[in-house]
Amino acid sequence: MRALRRYHATFFLGMFLFFLLVSDFRHLRGYDVSLFLELDPLTALGGLLTSHTLYKGLAWSLVILLSTLFLGRFFCSWVCPLGILNQLAGYLFNRRRPVDAYADNRYRSIFRVKYYLLTALLLLALLGGLQIGLLDPIALLERSFAVGVLPAVHGREIPLYPYQPYFHGGILISMILLGILLANRFMPRFWCRVMCPLGALLGVFALRAPLRIRRDVDRCTSCSRCLEACQGGCDPHTELRVSECHLCMNCIEACSEGALHYGLSQPRSSVHQSLDIGRRRLVESGVTALALFPMLRSSRSAFAHPVPEVIRPPGALPEGDFLARCIKCAACMRVCPTNVLQPALLEAGLEGLWTPILINAQGYCEQYCVLCGQVCPTAAIRPLSVAEKVGAKPFPHPIRVGTAFFDRGRCLPWAMHTPCIVCEEMCPTSPKAIWFQSVAIPDREGKPVALKQPFVEPSRCIGCGICENKCPVVDQAAIRVTSVGESRSQRNKMILKGDVA
Amino acid sequence: MSRRQFIREISITSGLAAGIGVGGWLAYSNEPIRRQPEVIHKLRDFRVPPSAHHPQLAVVRGTDVPRMTREAITRLGGIERFIQRGDKVLLKPNVGWDRQPEQAANTGPELVAAMVRLCREAGAKAVWVTDHSLNDPARCFFRSGIEEATHQAGGEIRLPRQEDFVRADLGGTLLKVWPVSRFFLEADKVINLPIVKHHSLSGCTLAMKNWYGVIGGTRNRLHQDIHTSIVDLAAAVRPTLTVMDATRVLQRNGPTGGSVADVSRENTLIAGLDEVAIDAFSLQFLNLQPETVPFLALGEQRGLGHVRWQDLNVSQTQIG
Repeated sequence: MRALRRYHATFFLGMFLFFLLVSDFRHLRGYDVSLFLELDPLTALGGLLTSHTLYKGLAWSLVILLSTLFLGRFFCSWVCPLGILNQLAGYLFNRRRPVDAYADNRYRSIFRVKYYLLTALLLLALLGGLQIGLLDPIALLERSFAVGVLPAVHGREIPLYPYQPYFHGGILISMILLGILLANRFMPRFWCRVMCPLGALLGVFALRAPLRIRRDVDRCTSCSRCLEACQGGCDPHTELRVSECHLCMNCIEACSEGALHYGLSQPRSSVHQSLDIGRRRLVESGVTALALFPMLRSSRSAFAHPVPEVIRPPGALPEGDFLARCIKCAACMRVCPTNVLQPALLEAGLEGLWTPILINAQGYCEQYCVLCGQVCPTAAIRPLSVAEKVGAKPFPHPIRVGTAFFDRGRCLPWAMHTPCIVCEEMCPTSPKAIWFQSVAIPDREGKPVALKQPFVEPSRCIGCGICENKCPVVDQAAIRVTSVGESRSQRNKMILKGDVA
Repeated sequence: MSRRQFIREISITSGLAAGIGVGGWLAYSNEPIRRQPEVIHKLRDFRVPPSAHHPQLAVVRGTDVPRMTREAITRLGGIERFIQRGDKVLLKPNVGWDRQPEQAANTGPELVAAMVRLCREAGAKAVWVTDHSLNDPARCFFRSGIEEATHQAGGEIRLPRQEDFVRADLGGTLLKVWPVSRFFLEADKVINLPIVKHHSLSGCTLAMKNWYGVIGGTRNRLHQDIHTSIVDLAAAVRPTLTVMDATRVLQRNGPTGGSVADVSRENTLIAGLDEVAIDAFSLQFLNLQPETVPFLALGEQRGLGHVRWQDLNVSQTQIG
C-alpha cells in the first residue's frame, strides 16, 4: 500500500511540476495546466460563495469532494503536491528514536487550528471576501513555485522563463514555503496537521466515509508501532480520528500483527472518534471573521477607490469581482512572457495581497498575448481571444489596462533638448497612440534644436506599458502608465469622448 | 596537561595563526574588490573580396521569393562566392516585433528560408538565425513565421539571452565598448536580411539600421543621436552579403506596424555588398530622397559605400 502511495505521489507531483514547466508560450499546447487548482474543492467552494458560480474547470473538484465522502481524506497523501512534499520533507528531516516518534505523532489539540482557519476563511468568503488563496495548499504551492522556486532554478541550462524573472517581494513568498517545509522538522506534516484549511474541509467530508483505516481489537497488541509511523497524527493505535487520517497507509505497513486494514468494518473493529473542535473556539473564529470583514472593507483600497499603480491584467474583472475570484495562485505570473505580472504587496490593499498587478518597470503587456486569462483557473482574469484584446472585428475597442502619461520634467525632448521618441517607436497600436510635433526649441545658448516632442492620445492608448518599459530614463521612466481608463472599470475614467468601453 | 596534549594544542594554535597570517598576506590588496582583467572582444570583418566580374547590386522583381533570392545571388556570382564549405553562417533578419508576415514589421520568412537553403547547399556547417527582438523573442520568432521557416530549411534559431552579450569594441564615434551578441563573434560569415520600413525618427529602417539587433545594453539611448549610431554600427559589422526584403513595405506607423493597411506590395529583393547603396536604392519604396536621410551621407563619408547607386553596376531583372 505504501509503495502504491509513493507511485501515486511521484506521479501527481510530477504532473504538477510538468504543468508548471509547460506553462509557457513555447510549450503550452492546450494542456489543462490549471488542473490542480481546478481539482481543489476549497478553491471551488470559496469562489462559489463569493461569486455564486462554479467556473467551468472547477467542476473537477466535485470528483475529489464526492470521492472523499466514500474514501476519506485520500487527496492529502495521494494527490496534493504540498502534502506529498511535506511527507517527503518529514521523511527526510524527521528521523527520530521510536520513543520520540510516538510523542510526535500523537494527536494534539493544536490540530484544531485548521478547522478554525477554515471557518474564518469560508465565512469571509460568504460575506464576499476571498482570502482562501493565502492558505489553500495548491494555490500556495503554485505561487511559491512560480514566484520563488522556478525563478531560482532558471538558468542557461534550464531556461524556464525567456529572461531571468524578478518578482515584487518574492523573498516573502519563498520564505513561507521554506518555513512550511522546515516545520516538518519538529512535527511531521506540520502544515497538513495544523494549518491546512483544505485538509480541514476534506476532513469534515471524510467523517462518514465507509472506507477507512480499521483496527482489529483482538489482534492488536497495543505495541504502538503504527503510531511511530503515522503521518496524520490520527491515533490509529486507539480510536482513529477519521477526519485527521489522510490515508498514508504507513500504519498498515507498520503493524506486525496485521491488525490494521483499510476497508469496511469487521465485527471486531474498533470504534472511531468524531471531529474534535471546541464549539466556543469555533464561534470565536466565526465572530472574528464577521467582525474582520467590514473592517477590511472599510480600509482604503483599490476596491474603494482606483489606485494608479493597481493596473490589472487584460481581461481582469472589475476590482470587486476580481477580488471575489482571484485566489493569488500566480499561474498568470508563471505564464507571463515579459515578467510584467507581479504579486502585489499592499498596493491593492490588504485584501489584494499577492494578486497580480502590472509593474511596467519589469515588463510590459505583450499586445497579442492572452496567456494570463487562458491559465487563470477561476476567471478572475477572464479568457480573451486575441481579437477581443486588440479590438479586431467584431470587437469595437481593444482592452485597455490603463493610460500612459508623459512626465515632461524627465522626458528628453521635453526637458533636455535631446532627441528620443523611443516610446513612439515602441507603441504597438495602429495608428500609434503616441505621436509627436516637430519643433525647434532654443537651447541654453539660444541656438534652435530640432526636436520631436511626444504626446499621448488617450483614446488610442491601451496602457500596455511598453513605452514605460523601454524609456531610456530607466530608474523612473519619463512616460508612465496608470490605471485610469482601464476597460474593466466604469469609474476609473477621465475622457468624456472616445474613451468608452 | 600531558606533553602529548600540549604539543597537539600548541601545533593547532600555531597552525591557525600561521594560516591566518599567510592568508592575509596572500589576499592583501589596495583595491577593494578583486577583478579579472576584462576581455574586450572585436568583431571580425566578414566581407569577401570585391569582384569586378559581377554587378554590385542585383535587383530582382517578382512574386516567387525563393526563386528571386536564388536569382539575385546567382547574379552576384553564386553562393559559393560568399560561403565556403564548413562555414558557420549567421543570418540576421529583422525579427524585432511580435507581428505576422503580412504586417511587414519583420523580414519575410520565405527570404530567410531561401537563404538558409542556399547556405546549406554551399556546404555551411551550421546556419544560425538570430536577432535581439524588442518584444518577447520567443513570440517574435514564432509569430513572424521565421522559426518554422528556419527549421524547415535546416537552420537553427539562436535567441540571445542576457548572458549571451559580451563586451566588444565597436570603435565608433559614439558607440565604443558595448555589449554584443556573442553569436556574431562565433560566426564565420554574416548575412544581413533587412526589410524596408518606415521609422519616424530616422525616416526609415533599412540595412544599416538592422544592426541594432547585434547589440544589447540600453539600446534605447541610441535614439538620442540615431544617425551617428546607425553609421557606427554599420561600420562595426561588415557583413558578407546583404539581401534587402522589399516584397512588403511598411509605409506608416513604423517600425512596429500592426495594420495591413499600412503595407504596400513592392515585390522586390535587392542584394549586394554595398549597404549604403542598397539603403539608398530602397528609399524609392518609401518616397524618400537621400538628402533627407542623414545616415546615408554619414555612411558614405565613413567609407561604407555609395549613396549614388546609379553610378554602380546595377543588374535589374524581372522574373515570374
